Amino acid sequence: MKTLILRTASNYLLPLLLVFSVFILLRGHYLPGGGFVGGLIAAIAFVLHAFANGLDNTKGLLRFHPGFLMPVGLGLAFISGLAPVIGLDDPFMTGLWFPEPFPVIGSVGSALFFDIGVYLVVIGVTLTIIFTISESA
Amino acid sequence: MLAAILLGFLFAIFLVFAGKFFRGKLAVLSALIPGGLFAYFASFIPQISSGEIISKTYQWVPAFGVDLSFKLDGLSLLFSLMITGIGFLVFAYTASYLRGHKYLDRFYGYLSLFMAAMLGLVLSDNLISLFVFWELTSISSFFLIGFNNTNPASRKSALTALGITGFGGFFLLAGALLLGSITGTYSISEMLSMKEAIAGSEYYILAVIFIFVAAFTKSAQFPFHFWLPGAMKAPTPVSTYLHSATMVKAGIYLLMRFTPVLGDQEFWNITLIIVGGITMVYSAIHALFRTDLKGVLAYSTISALGILVFLIGLGTKAAFLAAAVFIIVHALYKATLFLVTGIIDHQTGTRDVTKLGGLRKIMMPVAIAGILAAISSAGIPPSVGFLGKELTYEASMHAETFTIIIVIAIVLTKILLLWAGFVAGIKPFVGKLPDAHKDVKAPGFLMWAPAIILAVLGILFGIFPMLIESALVKPVVSSLGADASDYHLALWHGFNTVLLLSAITIAVGIFLYFFLKPSAKLESRIGKLEFISPKSITEKGTHYFSVFSAFWTNVFQNGYLRNYVTTIVLFLVVLVGYVMFGNPTVLIDYRQLSEVTAYELAVVIILIAGVFYTVFTKSRLAAVAAMGVVGLAICLIFVFYSAPDLAMTQFSIDTLTVILFVLVLYRLPKYLTLSDYKMRIRDGVLSVALGTVICLLALQVLAEPTNSEIGDFYAKNAYIMAQGKNVVNVILVDFRGTDTLMEIAVLSISAIGVFGLLKLRLKSTDRSQ
Repeated sequence: MKTLILRTASNYLLPLLLVFSVFILLRGHYLPGGGFVGGLIAAIAFVLHAFANGLDNTKGLLRFHPGFLMPVGLGLAFISGLAPVIGLDDPFMTGLWFPEPFPVIGSVGSALFFDIGVYLVVIGVTLTIIFTISESA
Repeated sequence: MLAAILLGFLFAIFLVFAGKFFRGKLAVLSALIPGGLFAYFASFIPQISSGEIISKTYQWVPAFGVDLSFKLDGLSLLFSLMITGIGFLVFAYTASYLRGHKYLDRFYGYLSLFMAAMLGLVLSDNLISLFVFWELTSISSFFLIGFNNTNPASRKSALTALGITGFGGFFLLAGALLLGSITGTYSISEMLSMKEAIAGSEYYILAVIFIFVAAFTKSAQFPFHFWLPGAMKAPTPVSTYLHSATMVKAGIYLLMRFTPVLGDQEFWNITLIIVGGITMVYSAIHALFRTDLKGVLAYSTISALGILVFLIGLGTKAAFLAAAVFIIVHALYKATLFLVTGIIDHQTGTRDVTKLGGLRKIMMPVAIAGILAAISSAGIPPSVGFLGKELTYEASMHAETFTIIIVIAIVLTKILLLWAGFVAGIKPFVGKLPDAHKDVKAPGFLMWAPAIILAVLGILFGIFPMLIESALVKPVVSSLGADASDYHLALWHGFNTVLLLSAITIAVGIFLYFFLKPSAKLESRIGKLEFISPKSITEKGTHYFSVFSAFWTNVFQNGYLRNYVTTIVLFLVVLVGYVMFGNPTVLIDYRQLSEVTAYELAVVIILIAGVFYTVFTKSRLAAVAAMGVVGLAICLIFVFYSAPDLAMTQFSIDTLTVILFVLVLYRLPKYLTLSDYKMRIRDGVLSVALGTVICLLALQVLAEPTNSEIGDFYAKNAYIMAQGKNVVNVILVDFRGTDTLMEIAVLSISAIGVFGLLKLRLKSTDRSQ
């Protein structure tokens, strides 16, 4: 399925979609969105790229196996839950927040890091499954 | 205190990254960790012996009463010192024993993982966290037993040990939950004050049985004992550390910890006396029939654990004293004997006691350690073993019932244990050196020094019992709920019956040692009885169980996705249909349904068209695309009913699903009709039935009075408590964040599953192995 139009478009779409996925991830706390959808959109971006340019090119672009995102994301989510236990003797998963919201991002707290963890895991899982299946099909 | 426990875990994780630096000469440095912890715990001795109890609580899941709360009292202190002290020596010994091993770093990782888990276990004051650490010790023991993972026997033993101790772990969890529901708390210290309420509860017996099964499996009591001799497949440092000095005593620890809560009841005492009694005699007799040094030691360890269970069962102050002393005695002499055996094995390459002799000429320090340990194990004065034996006899002579039988059993056990100790500690060193071992080299300092230290301590504590009396022994007894402040440990108590029994034990034991030599003939004789041993019976049981599960799996997990879906759908239809039509008040309130708008109608028509196209099309790709249409139509319905989050997610999922299908289907051969008409009609009927049932269910849910309490709570508190305005997302990442954490873990597991199934296929050459 290597059409010129799709290939050219996908080169521009990949960064755009990735930025969009981060946008969706960040706005999740106030408006529809969040780590899960964001992760799926990012995964779609890569899958689209793979569709147009071939799997090997996308893999070259990624440089590492997407599966590595799973432990990274899980670790990030777990640590964001563990942080209050270690830092403040609060129960697991207590929300911690910076007092002032950051420009552009909004209020930053442990929940955001948790959501980033979800985002990474979803990308990792989706790409691992799709890459694996399409390689063996 | 949390840091002290976590240190081992952190070191294990650290080794994953920095392991290669610890494979060589630096390996011995890792002994600094248990060494430092030993010093840390030893610094608490003055406080604990003056009767203080140190506790520290970290909240974990406060909503369920699950905390990481740690309590250091006499009992915990004794175990902590044993874990870190023997750990220190074993870590150092390992550096020499496994020098140059390819996976030395991995071994240290497992060892420190175990050490941390074991410390957590003996320091936990919360039953649930105790359970977690309990399981961690089983798991690390599994890794360590199976360390020589190229050897099938090792792997099998590791699996057996994990199976048995894991089985007990379930019972511990059940017991914890039961006790939690009786008392309303998981804190062990709080349970102490509810002794009467627990004993009066109708679930008392059940709770005790659960705790017993957990303790008996872990501490290798009859009939669960057989995993321990198998566990001797592990490298000797592991046998020393886990399977004689510490982990197998976790069950003893559990029983002791619960003595003030559950003890002092007839059921508790009599069961422990019987099980402990059978175990100690049974396995002491078994030890006679072994020629492998580690086999002899394994059975004598089980027997010693039996003695401890038996003493806890006696439940008197004297028995608790005896148990506290005997734990120290046994840890010192048995660890020494294991270390000595390890040295012999390492230098000569054999552990067959019939082939060993005269090794004193080559390794004098080891011989001294072995002989001193044998003396302590035999209970010959002035060793600390003598103290332990005297106290044990004293306690058994004051048993309330069946005193004669109990005394005979314990004396018999001690005689046989004396024999076992002599065979392991003295026999390899005396007599003539066989020609085959003429060129054996002497072991290095790191190997014999730990053995000597432990053996000398065994004698030192005997001569100066005040060293351990108020520091270790009495605090343990007071943790068990008895007061022993008026008692003094001493070697000499005058001429009395106990002394006479001791003399008989030593005389008969030494006679037996000269009369009965271990031989292969004896070993084969006991082998004939193997078919009625608990081990063979359990193995048969597990064999039939696996045959049954293979049958069950073949019926239900037959590998055809369509059969799985059929089963699930059929089950759902029958169950939900039965409940709905069995209940006569099926009410559907049509008045509450809102008007159907034109665009909703349009979407539904598209949806139905999509479904029909999917079912009847001849092209696979077209079916997939039509499925995508169905999914998108549903997304639109979500949008109409103000669920944008759901719509976005569904949209992305649908896109990915279609892409996935296309990627796979692209390479499949042309569409084939594999199902006949009957199957198609059956599937059609089933699908329509499911749709109808779900539709009716949804309609009925609408008719129920709605309870919006939970929804209101989230809506109200999302911004106040979690600073977010998108309630759905706040629930996902904050209110129910732990659920999400589990869900993404499950996602990762499924991805690894897909990867494993498709990528890690065995080559046909590997498959035969």
